[in-house]
Amino acid sequence: MKHIKRSCNIMNEIIPFDFTTPSPDDIVRSKQKAAFTRTAFATAPPTVILKVPPKGRQSSKSPEKTINSNDQATNSQLNSDKSESLQKSQTLSNNVKTSLNIDSDKGRIVASNSEDSNLRTGKSDLKTDSGVLTVKSDSKVDTLKLESKTDSFLTPKKDPSLGAIPRSASKAKLLLDPAKMKEEYDKRLAEKDQLNMVVIGHVDAGKSTLMGHLLYQLGEINQRIMHKYEQESKKLGKGSFAFAWVLDETEEERARGVTMDIAQSRFETPKKVITLLDAPGHKDFIPNMITGTAQADVAILVVNATKGEFETGFELGGQTREHAILARSLGVTQLIVAVNKMDTIDWLETRYNDITKKLGQFLKQVGYKENDISFIPCSGLSGVNLTGRIPEPKLESWYKGSTLEEQIDKFKVVTRSIDKPFRLCVGDIFKGMGSGFSVTGRIVTGSVQPGDRLLVLPSGDSVAVKGLAINDVSYPCAFAGDHVTVTITGMDMNNIHVGSMLCDPTSPLKSATRIKAKIVLFNVEIPITKGFMVVFHYQSITEPAVIKRLNSQLNKSTGEVIKNKPKCLVKNMSAVVELEFDRPICLELYKDYKDLGRFMLRYSGHTIAAGLVEEVLKSKSKTDEGVSSSG
Amino acid sequence: MKQVFRNIDKYYAGSVELVPEEPEDMWHAYNLVAVGDTLRSTTIRKVQTESATGSVSVNKVRTTLCIQVETIDFDTQGCVLRVKGRNIQENQYVKMGAYHTLDLELNRKFALGKHEWDSVALDRIDMACDPTQHADLAAVIMQEGLAHVCLITPNMTLLRAKIETTIPRKRKGMCAQHDKGLTKFYDQIIQAVLRHVNFDIVKCVLIASPGFVKDQFAEYMFTMAVKMDWKILTDNKSKFVLVHSSSGFKHSLKDNKSKFVLVHSSSGFKHSLKEVLQDPSLAPKLADTKALTEVKALDEFYQMLMNDADRASYGVKHVEKAVDLQAVEILLISDELFRAQDVQKRKRYIKIVDGVKENGGEVRIFSSLHVSGEQLGQLSGVAAILRFPIHDDDDDSEEEG
Ligand SMILES: Nc1nc2c(ncn2[C@@H]2O[C@H](COP(=O)(O)OP(=O)(O)OP(=O)(O)O)[C@@H](O)[C@H]2O)c(=O)[nH]1
Ligand SMILES: [Mg+2]
Repeated sequence: MKHIKRSCNIMNEIIPFDFTTPSPDDIVRSKQKAAFTRTAFATAPPTVILKVPPKGRQSSKSPEKTINSNDQATNSQLNSDKSESLQKSQTLSNNVKTSLNIDSDKGRIVASNSEDSNLRTGKSDLKTDSGVLTVKSDSKVDTLKLESKTDSFLTPKKDPSLGAIPRSASKAKLLLDPAKMKEEYDKRLAEKDQLNMVVIGHVDAGKSTLMGHLLYQLGEINQRIMHKYEQESKKLGKGSFAFAWVLDETEEERARGVTMDIAQSRFETPKKVITLLDAPGHKDFIPNMITGTAQADVAILVVNATKGEFETGFELGGQTREHAILARSLGVTQLIVAVNKMDTIDWLETRYNDITKKLGQFLKQVGYKENDISFIPCSGLSGVNLTGRIPEPKLESWYKGSTLEEQIDKFKVVTRSIDKPFRLCVGDIFKGMGSGFSVTGRIVTGSVQPGDRLLVLPSGDSVAVKGLAINDVSYPCAFAGDHVTVTITGMDMNNIHVGSMLCDPTSPLKSATRIKAKIVLFNVEIPITKGFMVVFHYQSITEPAVIKRLNSQLNKSTGEVIKNKPKCLVKNMSAVVELEFDRPICLELYKDYKDLGRFMLRYSGHTIAAGLVEEVLKSKSKTDEGVSSSG
Repeated sequence: MKQVFRNIDKYYAGSVELVPEEPEDMWHAYNLVAVGDTLRSTTIRKVQTESATGSVSVNKVRTTLCIQVETIDFDTQGCVLRVKGRNIQENQYVKMGAYHTLDLELNRKFALGKHEWDSVALDRIDMACDPTQHADLAAVIMQEGLAHVCLITPNMTLLRAKIETTIPRKRKGMCAQHDKGLTKFYDQIIQAVLRHVNFDIVKCVLIASPGFVKDQFAEYMFTMAVKMDWKILTDNKSKFVLVHSSSGFKHSLKDNKSKFVLVHSSSGFKHSLKEVLQDPSLAPKLADTKALTEVKALDEFYQMLMNDADRASYGVKHVEKAVDLQAVEILLISDELFRAQDVQKRKRYIKIVDGVKENGGEVRIFSSLHVSGEQLGQLSGVAAILRFPIHDDDDDSEEEG
């Protein structure tokens, strides 16, 4: 409810809310939580104040945090309580393996956070854990995690802190230690390279048809199904979309012959395993295209060679242009341009050369390196030059280059940050079979295995990983770059959303309601002023945001400040601005996590700018103003 | 709003008696009442009485009170205006100086006294009492998983419901959960429409979305309406209009109206909706809404900023300077500024308005409840299109909004 308030004396002196003491809400909530959590305790333990040294620095003044627990003084009691309940939970559930894991992993983290190591020595689990909680000095996260803490304490099987102190190794053996993980990863490296490839381009360029047909030629789609698609699409009067149906699976998409959301599939070439993301081309679905592209390593840009059609996509406002720029801004560096529908222009070499020349120039301008771009003439409908199965004399007379499949096989391998803390951005949530529910997304950094405890942000829930699947095949572990389906338990499915983050509980993401960012404006029609209301696209999040401040205008090539506090920004300028969100968004700084520090700004259906997160200025609460920008 | 009585002397002191007739008038009243004013209205007061035998009883009595205003509260959900202050007139139930909160009620007159009625306040009364302009709209702004149901009156855009759900995405070989999630989402929106849209008042309902969500939703809604026999929807079918928008966020209301692209019939609409789109009476109906004129004015400002940045200025200081130079052609100012606590600040804004009027400029007062007004508010609340270029030296040290 919106409430506007005005008064003569109240407004002048706003009394800042004291977040260090529990609000009545917090207490009620924690009580409620206790009531609804299956726990080994007969009654919920009382809410008490637990002192925690602030921000990992030794200091006598400590902010007080509420943790729903027994009194701190009774540490030993607490521990025994815990282990007792732990045992109970072990007998109650088959979740034994979750209780202890990554011992040495945690050890490593402790060491790296040496600032707070003083907190962790031999004290109670609870205290140790709380120490970790404050490391980020990010009170938003603190509060969130306190909730999760509460939760995890009451149901000890969820407690992430249990892993922090090496205990009986017998329980840990169910999990792979880092060395084993590394081995597992090396094994993976020895196999084919994994790549995430997004297919982009103007609406109706033939993206889905091209990819559907490629999948078919590679044997990923069986003939019976393909036959069925042919029959059914014909019945709808959309016979030409039969191959597109491989990827356009919703009723709505098929009826309209338009891709609306990313379709994910997978195929193999001699040296690669490709996770295919088929993006929609229609400009109304660019938010979905952004989501898909944010998860991709490489891209295929499909252009329609038909007379007049290439031009439509390529002119100002066309999506050939917009998609190419978006992909580059989202970190895609390698690009194959599929010059499609060559059958409609009788495989004319001159037309092909004309298109590749124009596009080549443009792509270079946008920032792609010449060596990283390649061009392939093809026809998705007739299947020519996809895998080399269908001969076309008209093409062969002048073209001696690779097929699409061969070119995909030539993509360079990308390196993954598997040693960084785990991060996954939730792209989809659904109910699977069995307990819990599943989320999907690409692992941005780190690795994960069943039994791991993860923190869900922004909700703050602590969850257990029950299972991992990549393309419906279950795996013992997954690494950065993998598109995984993670089955989790331990939270209400309604509290997790598309755009939520799963992360390592000892190293959560930053939470922000106001950030400072460097942006580069695209070819915008109207000037950007402060107060501009934009849509913020980040990973799979789309959220409204306001440009609160234009800090400075920068020289595009040198990055120097040209002008402070500019009145407005116009097309192609580069600038530092401040953005504010209605509710906290979990993100990272570009300097710490490249992939998690990029975002896009859109306004009124146009992409107006690409941005990099430079600094978190405010997280949710007012008590922790000027949150550190250190990683 | 009806004006019953007005007595304002040549020094602009005096009082006005008004009767609010609809929720919108509460918003006007909210903009008129300022801290320090006197407000008289009938109200309910709990009174303790002690009988001869010494027993105490509490009674509610209706009485007329006059208070000196200290706090003012407006609740957009119920359109209730709540004014608190000390009693300043002898009353049989309430002591002098005792606190009381007046809830202004529809169809009950109130009298407002000010030491100084400024031009903005007087214009506001005239506007409020002008019976002509009344086009209430409802709008459903949506995208997959997110919908805003809003009511739009001349001076207010009121968010009535926000629906946000997670819809499972399409997955290889499994679209059932996606479809199920979608219908559940649509059901929630329909419930919100049924609950919040009063079809006796609302002239038309815009359904706006990017892509095909609006079409799909409309189709679903009317199928359901027939099935469930929701007369209110089937009878008012002709009031629904599909509009294109870039997103499901509330602020994209703005671009809807500036563009007002009616979706082409080729995408398979319901017949009746086509009729609505073809109805030529719809365009003028929308054209005179204040919301739309504000959007246009703000657009003009941005156009000017683009084409000739020195002929557009924003921020109090810059605009003041332009007023001094008699350069302001059109002033855009948010009504929020006139609600400032600080009398000096309020006077400063009034002076800008009066200055512009004196020099033949046009003044557009934006409602802070409309989306365009919200944006103007973010842009310091005041902006101007100038007759001739003035170069702002960039020394500005204006504080943040
Ligand atoms: N002649 C010819 N038609 C093609 C070719 N490839 C695709 N098409 C046709 O182009 C139309 C659009 O194909 P889609 O695959 O749906 O295009 P898209 O790029 O996926 O479209 P969106 O996903 O909606 O942006 C269909 O009717 C296809 O049959 C081709 O190589 N030659
Ligand atoms: Mg497609």
